[in-house]
Amino acid sequence: MASHILPKRVYYTIFAILLFCTYLTVQIAFIDLGAWNTVAALTIAVFKAALVVLFFMHVKYSTKLTWAVVLGSIFWLGILLALTMTDYLTRGWRTYG
Amino acid sequence: MSDTAEHPALAHHFDSLAQQREATTLGMWVFLVTEVLFFGGLFATYAIYRSWYPEAFAAASHELDVTLGTINTVVLITSSLTMALAVHAAQLGQRKLLMTFLIITMILGAAFLGIKSVEYYHKFAEHHVPGPGFVFEKEHIRHAQLFFSLYFVMTGLHALHMIIGIGIMLVMLYWAWNGTITKEYASPIEISGLYWHFVDIVWIFLFPLLYLIGRHAH
Amino acid sequence: MPPRHYLNNGYGVKSWLLTRDHKRIALLYLASVTFFFFLGGAMAVLIRLELATPAGDFVTDETYNKLFTMHGVMMVFFFLIPAIPAVLGNFLVPLMIGAKDLAFPKLNLASWYIYVIGASFTTYSLVTGGLDTGWTFYTPFSTVASNSNVISAALGIFITGFSSILTGLNFIVTTHRMRAPGMTWFRMPLFMWSMYATSLIMVLGTPVIAITIILVASERLFHFGFFDPTLGGDPVLFQHLFWFYSHPAVYIMILPAMGVISELVAAFCRKQVFGYKFVAFASIGIAVLGFLVWGHHMFVAGISVYAALIFSILSFLVAVPSAVKVFNWTATMYKGSVSWQTPMLYAIGFIGLFTIGGLTGLFLAAVGLDVHVTDTYFIVAHFHYIMVGGTIMGYLGGLHYWWPKISGRLYNEYLAKIAAAIIFFGFNLTFFPQFILGYLGMPRRYHAYPPEFQVLNVLSSAGASILGVGYLLPMIYLTYSLRYGKIAGSNPWNAVGLEWNTTSPPPTENFAETPVVTWEAYDYSAPRA
Repeated sequence: MASHILPKRVYYTIFAILLFCTYLTVQIAFIDLGAWNTVAALTIAVFKAALVVLFFMHVKYSTKLTWAVVLGSIFWLGILLALTMTDYLTRGWRTYG
Repeated sequence: MSDTAEHPALAHHFDSLAQQREATTLGMWVFLVTEVLFFGGLFATYAIYRSWYPEAFAAASHELDVTLGTINTVVLITSSLTMALAVHAAQLGQRKLLMTFLIITMILGAAFLGIKSVEYYHKFAEHHVPGPGFVFEKEHIRHAQLFFSLYFVMTGLHALHMIIGIGIMLVMLYWAWNGTITKEYASPIEISGLYWHFVDIVWIFLFPLLYLIGRHAH
Repeated sequence: MPPRHYLNNGYGVKSWLLTRDHKRIALLYLASVTFFFFLGGAMAVLIRLELATPAGDFVTDETYNKLFTMHGVMMVFFFLIPAIPAVLGNFLVPLMIGAKDLAFPKLNLASWYIYVIGASFTTYSLVTGGLDTGWTFYTPFSTVASNSNVISAALGIFITGFSSILTGLNFIVTTHRMRAPGMTWFRMPLFMWSMYATSLIMVLGTPVIAITIILVASERLFHFGFFDPTLGGDPVLFQHLFWFYSHPAVYIMILPAMGVISELVAAFCRKQVFGYKFVAFASIGIAVLGFLVWGHHMFVAGISVYAALIFSILSFLVAVPSAVKVFNWTATMYKGSVSWQTPMLYAIGFIGLFTIGGLTGLFLAAVGLDVHVTDTYFIVAHFHYIMVGGTIMGYLGGLHYWWPKISGRLYNEYLAKIAAAIIFFGFNLTFFPQFILGYLGMPRRYHAYPPEFQVLNVLSSAGASILGVGYLLPMIYLTYSLRYGKIAGSNPWNAVGLEWNTTSPPPTENFAETPVVTWEAYDYSAPRA
């Protein structure tokens, strides 16, 4: 099976978008959006990471197994963060009895 | 299959170069999973302490140099582009172009590390290294220390990955130079590229989380 | 014996230390894990000696702390975790799927060297003053209080973790990419499924313990306050990160043993394993669910009650796939033509002991009951039923079953049966009294205890000495068989499975020609010659 070779134009386009997103995330950080600052920063970061994974790392053109590996790693990262947070976010809650 | 059965790069226990390539690519992806979870432990730690001490984290983050951080982000993204182009050149069998892009990638990687060490030097000079000599405004001194602990461990481990990446690039450059890498056998470049891009992704998250908290407030 | 096999393909130290043959690497691992098993076992002997009397009269309290710490560290990280995957898994994974070797033979050899280097660091801390934190390294004791050699011990575990990661990575890629023609996923032996599930845990869990150790080391060396409350950190966070790995690590120990048991039950009952797909998916299910339950180690550590409830419910769920396995093994034995050879004795022992260990695990998943028995001997008894009663039974059963394949020779069946009986009896005598002791309130990790606990403790110590004899016996007759045992032939058990379709010992490239699989796993209905 031959590897999927992308035209160079794709790489330059993705590069331009990544640079623009970097500019955007720095600019947004200086505007007061309250809690939304963090949301915006993380959304942009996830978007940038997704571009790198899909195009620079060729996952968009890869087998289902590669997709499974990538999604699996995100899922397990989610387990680590979410279940740890169930403790930290509910420690202050009232208990009865 | 049969056309690659005699290829010098084919290890004895594989049937074909295609099988070998699929195995090494999957191996690298599985390795990157371990890296995700490795940095994941740090991100979990960060998330907890930032949610506990938002003001101290914002104040401490403000001490970081956002200009240098942004420059470094651009440097790293550019190195990802040149890495992608290096893989492209390898897949097309363009040996000289491959070597050029590998060298540019390494230079950009070294530039990133250089800028990082300038930043580290500033932190030392300003006594922002956690420990008995740590100096910070009284109100946040304890929790700012926690921020800088995270800052040094996170960026330090990221920098370590960059150094390893440059080492890998050196080997790849040698292999490209001595003709090991060919159009049929480009997978070492491909999987090195995967590693390099992963290190870039870590930084894509580190940059806003460390440098850009509470910028508007100060 | 075949004229040409992996053992006579080259002699001398170099042919072993530089080998890339998965079978030889398995034997390197066999030698190293056996060493650490007996080292850890020696410390267990000293612990049980101390506990034979209520007074702390044999060793000082500090020495005792170091003894149980090093016993745990050696056994968990250097024996139980690598035992079945790195020895039996290394040997069998390529053979079972008809491959010439693992996908990355050099990486496989590297993983053994990494294991040895890591083990050396930890052993170094043992001989230079020891380690007294308990195998769990709880903060802030391990980072600000302990005066023992935390750094080198932790560094050893950090390094050994990479060995575990590389083994898991190798198995995953091998299972995906190296299967022989016709060897579909659902034709693989169940041992392969459990190795695959184990590898998933190794790859997903181990990096988190690695980063945790880095955080502990940076706190101890540079006073980075991640876990130290006086610096704003949270000691409970350490426990979260530690158990995120270390609870799934229990499944790294037990899943491979379950895989072995599936093979043994099928081979000695002459039947297809009942509900093959259920057993296969139960392995994956345990691997996934195992990551969702770590909080049950922390019910009294100060986590929120709501988190405790979530972890409690999730912990109960692990019982489902575990029970599926136990029921399916039992159903396989039903109306099978069971032959009571040594490996089968271990399999039966495993099923019984694992059931006790597993059911007492449900006690610990229940928040209220767990509060009562936390840090008592009930916990000690429970996890020894899983780790010793489960993993070591599976390991020894598998070692006996595949010994003729590994060595080409048969061991003394009579002695082996006696040893299996001694181990089963000694084990129960050692650990069953500890359930009672714990329930009555005897705390773990103390070198002295009130006199009313003495009878049960003496029983336990007596059981431990019987168990020790039981473990020495296989060591002796297996070694003896290497030279004087009868020639086994390629398939002494008349079992099915690709590993029995090649000579014993197998040739270096495993099969004379790549096998083509046209039959289902455990197809005992149509025996082949």
